[in-house]
Amino acid sequence: LFQMSKQLDMFKTNLEEFASKHKQEIRKNPEFRVQFQDMCATIGVDPLASGKGFWSEMLGVGDFYYELGVQIIEVCLALKHRNGGLITLEELHQQVLKGRGKFAQDVSQDDLLRAIKKLKVLGSGFGIIPVSGTYLIQSVPAELNMDHTVVLQLAEKKGYVTVSEIRSSLKWETERAKQVLEHLLKEGMAWLDMQAAGEPQYWLPALFTELYSQEITPEEAKEAIP
Amino acid sequence: LKFDSGVLLLSTHRLIWRDQKNHECCIAVPLSQIVFIEEQAAGIGKSAKIVVHLHPASSNKEPGPFQSSKYSYIKLSFKEHGQIEFYRRLSEEITQRRWENMPTGQTIQVNKDPKAGRIRAVGIVGIERKLEEKRKETDKNISEAFEDLSKLMEKAKEMVELSKSIANKIKEKQGDITEDETIRFKSYLLSMGIANPVTRETYGSGTQYHMQLAKQLAGILQTPLEERGGIMSLTEVYCLVNRARGLELLSPEDLVNACKMLESLKLPLRLRIFDSGVMVIELQSHNEEEMVASALETVSEKGSLTADEFAKLVGMSVLLAKERLLLAEKMGHLCRDDSVEGLRFYPNLFLTQS
Repeated sequence: LFQMSKQLDMFKTNLEEFASKHKQEIRKNPEFRVQFQDMCATIGVDPLASGKGFWSEMLGVGDFYYELGVQIIEVCLALKHRNGGLITLEELHQQVLKGRGKFAQDVSQDDLLRAIKKLKVLGSGFGIIPVSGTYLIQSVPAELNMDHTVVLQLAEKKGYVTVSEIRSSLKWETERAKQVLEHLLKEGMAWLDMQAAGEPQYWLPALFTELYSQEITPEEAKEAIP
Repeated sequence: LKFDSGVLLLSTHRLIWRDQKNHECCIAVPLSQIVFIEEQAAGIGKSAKIVVHLHPASSNKEPGPFQSSKYSYIKLSFKEHGQIEFYRRLSEEITQRRWENMPTGQTIQVNKDPKAGRIRAVGIVGIERKLEEKRKETDKNISEAFEDLSKLMEKAKEMVELSKSIANKIKEKQGDITEDETIRFKSYLLSMGIANPVTRETYGSGTQYHMQLAKQLAGILQTPLEERGGIMSLTEVYCLVNRARGLELLSPEDLVNACKMLESLKLPLRLRIFDSGVMVIELQSHNEEEMVASALETVSEKGSLTADEFAKLVGMSVLLAKERLLLAEKMGHLCRDDSVEGLRFYPNLFLTQS
């Protein structure tokens, strides 16, 4: 243990040296952050585990991601009533950037994902759902199992899905499809369009692209900071 | 040699100018030579132009009209029309960089010029020159940073190995290690961001730091909790505390670890985890089960309520409102009507009217 203490001190010095030369790089360069995080993961180190860790204290990586976490929580809370607690990574990215203002550091989608992974531990239902090429971010403690996820992925293509599509693409029974869709409706993550030609369509507000550029209203912002 | 009157052509690989009268006179610039382009609007006596900034010519360049130039750019003057559309198309081609993916087609015969030579841009102060330098410097910084990062990671890896071997020794020597040493070991792991090899958790490891943090939190959260009816979700706490701090923020794990120690440290707050996994901080004096009784009254008054409606009425967050109604249901006071219109709670008449 004594040996570890000594080596720890040495490592701390190395890290300080690194920080004095490259601290800016981490803050300003999203690609560099990705590399950094990947390398840490490979050797079994989590630089974001604690604000008290060396990485956080000396490189300032911690503050960057923890603050981002706060911004993510606030955006998700403000928009929850619109989309039931599901939001695309793109929209989240846009809204967070807006909130950060012109002079803030650049934030990449990878940064958002890492911050969200850390937020999971707070127990309020943060989750990441892969859908063709991108991700849906869940921010409410709704139970979404494999069935729900797969239907979300199917709906992602057009923004909506029908029972027939589920039956033909996934080869499910009608009952199973309906159960999943009803669950999404109940959670507020899907809206029902009975007027659609043919059969009812289940739309995901999270995927309405027209809503993307819409500002968070003052009422919504109040929701975000109870 | 005048290039006064001609037609400008754009391919996926090149910008080509062809003389209007003598169709055999053609000059071209590969798109890969372009650094960037800018527009110059038309004015009185001036035609609209596009200025094309170029890299220095490579040594194996095809012969062209000039041997060298003191400029690092060329200007395309649109005497009749077409500047706007051409600028748009040229920008697109430069952005798409399709020449990188496609093999070049046949080369157009280049004008056999007596002064066969190379175009060399010898600009001392060229925008292109500055851009190139800046790019090289950034590249240099990055590669240096990566090198240093790799070396640092090697050292970090050694620390991970060392912590594993220590953890093994601890396991073997079961009981031979003092509590003090365990605490110290845990704090070393915390500093490095290494998961505890024994328990496999990066959280729940209760170090000195977390104990202090727990005490701090008890102080900071007393008033906010009282203002919010004695209960707050952990995400609310996370935002509140970090917004107040501004710097040296807490990681989510720090917060959870500290909160796990609240009860054992006999502080006036406690951590509670609902069945749904939702985590809250409550004042010790807060009794959620009592709150359920008042929730039942509220629901009865209104006949039935959804979590949203209840939240608005009582002035709580929807998250916590839902948890309270779910708890009331668990205790048998409420029952649910789960339809596509939402989850609605009713007083449990089965219980009260049996």
